[in-house]
Amino acid sequence: MSEEMSESGVVKKFMYVNRKAPHGTIYAQESLEVVLVAAAFDQDVSLAFIDDGVYQVVKGQDTKSVSMKNFSSTYRALDDYDINKLYVQKESMDARGLTEKDFLVPVEIKTAAELAALMGQQDVLLSF
Amino acid sequence: MKFGILINEGPYTHQASDTAYQFVKAALAKGHQIHRVFFYNDGVNNATKLTDPPQDDRNVVNRWSELSKEHKLDLVVCVAAALRRGIREDNLAVGFRISGLGQLIETGIQADRLVTFGD
Repeated sequence: MSEEMSESGVVKKFMYVNRKAPHGTIYAQESLEVVLVAAAFDQDVSLAFIDDGVYQVVKGQDTKSVSMKNFSSTYRALDDYDINKLYVQKESMDARGLTEKDFLVPVEIKTAAELAALMGQQDVLLSF
Repeated sequence: MKFGILINEGPYTHQASDTAYQFVKAALAKGHQIHRVFFYNDGVNNATKLTDPPQDDRNVVNRWSELSKEHKLDLVVCVAAALRRGIREDNLAVGFRISGLGQLIETGIQADRLVTFGD
């Protein structure tokens, strides 16, 4: 499938918008599964973290006591798939008392207005 | 225009599948194409043939099956999300097929617009 797509030569801008906390619902984990599959399609991929979604990339997550899979280390592997455009919305970060130092991967901090402009440039927005 | 549809919530609890159904019907009536309808997250629960709603309610699953038959719609259920939730070949409703997430990405690439129905 990925070969077929590469041959077609179509490269679209895909943005994955992550809005939910990592472990209370499955959205974060299943969003990440889509991103990993998407990596094989040679598309222009970026991830945005807004609202409680900013917690997905906070370092030091420990899920043992709630029996949830800790998939947070997977965000670190994204760079190996050439996925390195990760944006954290500034207002969401500030509202939760987080700073740039709290994230487990390199992220770019973008204001809501900046992120809106980036969203406007996308071909496909997938929101989880 | 060629639309791709993504449904991320299950039937009855959430409006997503109903709204997507109305959207697809309206789009087809206007002469648009539907490249694929992809079911993900709890959306895979739209594909079970085991639902049996009360007589006076709509049948969300059968409605998709009928629309698929009428318009040759490609209804695709994500395999990983489906297996997690007990949706398999042996309880799959007519007109649906199980495949991988690659089908969602392919829809994003091929369709002019990918429209998501979910929370």
